[in-house]
Amino acid sequence: MLLDPQAGILVQGITGREASAMVADMLAYGSRIDAGVTPGKGGQEVHGIPVFDTVAAAVAAHHPTTTIISVPASGVLDAALEAFAHGMKLCLIMTERVPRLDTCRLLAAARSAGCTVIGPNTLGLIRPGIAKLGTIGGRVDNVRRSFTPGRVAVLSRSGGMTTEIASFLTGRGIGQSIAIGVGGDPVVGSNFPELVAMLEDDPATDAVVIYGEPGGTAEEQLAEQLKRGKTRLRINAFLSGRFVDEMEGIRFGHAAVMVEGGKGSVRGKAAALKEAGVFVADRFDELAEGLPRSCG
Amino acid sequence: MRLLEHQSKTLLGRFGLTMTEPTVVNSADAAAEAVRALGKPAVLKAQVPFGGRGKAGAIDFADSPAAASAAAARLLGLTLRSIRVAAVSVEPKLSFTRELYAGITWDTAAKLPVALLSVAGGIDVEHAEPVRQTFDPFLGLRSFHGREMAAAAGLTGKTLVAVGAAMEKLAKAFLALDAVTLEINPLVETEDRALVGLDAHVEIDDDAAQRQQPNLLGLGEIAAGASGRAPTPLELEAQRIDSMDHRGVAGRVVEFDGDLGLLIGGGGASLTVFDAIRRYGGRPANYCEVGGNPTEEKIAALVALLLSKPGVNKLAVIMNVVNNTRADVMARGLLAGIRQAGRDPRKTVSVFRIPGSWEDEARALLAEAGIEALGRDKSLDEAARLAVERSGGRAA
Repeated sequence: MLLDPQAGILVQGITGREASAMVADMLAYGSRIDAGVTPGKGGQEVHGIPVFDTVAAAVAAHHPTTTIISVPASGVLDAALEAFAHGMKLCLIMTERVPRLDTCRLLAAARSAGCTVIGPNTLGLIRPGIAKLGTIGGRVDNVRRSFTPGRVAVLSRSGGMTTEIASFLTGRGIGQSIAIGVGGDPVVGSNFPELVAMLEDDPATDAVVIYGEPGGTAEEQLAEQLKRGKTRLRINAFLSGRFVDEMEGIRFGHAAVMVEGGKGSVRGKAAALKEAGVFVADRFDELAEGLPRSCG
Repeated sequence: MRLLEHQSKTLLGRFGLTMTEPTVVNSADAAAEAVRALGKPAVLKAQVPFGGRGKAGAIDFADSPAAASAAAARLLGLTLRSIRVAAVSVEPKLSFTRELYAGITWDTAAKLPVALLSVAGGIDVEHAEPVRQTFDPFLGLRSFHGREMAAAAGLTGKTLVAVGAAMEKLAKAFLALDAVTLEINPLVETEDRALVGLDAHVEIDDDAAQRQQPNLLGLGEIAAGASGRAPTPLELEAQRIDSMDHRGVAGRVVEFDGDLGLLIGGGGASLTVFDAIRRYGGRPANYCEVGGNPTEEKIAALVALLLSKPGVNKLAVIMNVVNNTRADVMARGLLAGIRQAGRDPRKTVSVFRIPGSWEDEARALLAEAGIEALGRDKSLDEAARLAVERSGGRAA
């Protein structure tokens, strides 16, 4: 499963202001960060974590297999290729506004290298009670209030809504096995189809909650996949932005949220998911319908 | 960034693709002069950043300077999708034997660029099923791929070879320009078997705008936000407020014709709340997005702006459980903005629901102003329902 608690974590761009704050929150939640990389700043420390000039040097010293990339958009492709060249198996890209060409190039390279990519433009992922990657949930007190261990996976196209949904489920006694912000861009490394396929084999997960938005084809692709093969998972979905259906060509919220040429509408996504056997909540408050209440 | 036709043609010409060469004019007299210099029948096209110009009456023909003057005067008087036509292109009318469509875009499911070729070019291309070929984003599309596509589209002989070479150039341009869409439609074959692009459309990734600056130099003004309608004065002012400070987002306002002001965020929750407000019969005055921990000053300015819209007396403040945005900073900005607008906080705020970071401090600040903050036990849906109920709209 994603985020093996035994796997060491590398942070690329660790000396940046946001990355440094993220490292403090992650350490407080129990994540095992081995090393950081910022070219030219080798030898420094960030919250006690050693900084290296290159991924090669960090890997030689500490053998991490998971990396978090938090570097400026213009440096993301280079940082990701460096990570793949040194055997990273899971790569989280937090950076926003990565050019589409760079995203698609790094994803092509990731496929060849056998690395799973989450993001770009993700707040990260968390296994409640075990560890988290990224800024998801913010400060550790807020993380503990919002996320509780359980058997429901949360997959969301919005980082903020990942925490909102977890908090909503926690308030109803429904714990989470994992929560993942898939990233708000039109093209991301792992979206609903890939992640639901992965969760199918996860013994810790019985059900999945999906938060979708207008634009893109992730929801439709998932519906197709579910129609092809039976799933053992209970899947609940909530789709926001119904009003965007009436406003073609205007972008709302995340970079991917736009209805164009009649494609990507919430109406179409909801119909496809329902046809594939997914419970689609009309109101946010119905999202907990039929989910396992066992916490822990 | 969607470029105009003449800008698109200039860029594609640099990659060895043959395009008709437009003269761009801004007046009827200049159009007449251009046709006189041409000495043959011409086509005049309004330079606007969207397709479907033929059907919209934005293309005209002229076989004399006088006819060109009349056509240009008409085109320059048009307002299409709320954009006033400021420039018209004049180019020779070409005769041809075949019309094709060639384009490249992103296949977001395959996460790869995809080339498209159709033998039914022109205005009805949407109804023709094109040949599709995804390609490697490092290596590009080679001529042999292009020839395979041409063969699959039913082309043969010299045409097949020429189309194959053109597809390679098109793909090269797509990658070099950070394009999200690139189209030549129609790409015509003339009587002497040359391939010429009559119309072209390049859209460049906004996230690559900075590194594309060298390529865009000398193309003239790039039209901003070419999709949807033109921004309203309130939306423009919100953009200005958001750009006051790079920290956080407090803007991205879209104006609606209702009376309930919305201060909502982040990206996903704002969509969720907007839907819920409408479902409960509320009439939003605006959509907006707040997130990424904006400054108190930005929030205050945005709040005052939202309250300046005639008829807006109530404001609903609803966000998801915040990770990085501080609820207390939101509360301070809100109260400051309401006072700037000369309103009473207690009568103006219908609901305040921002759980998460610094929520206890926010609750205390609002209590001093006589407002009871809602906690995370009230869902986004419930908060929206209360907002509608308390602002005198319908409630379920």
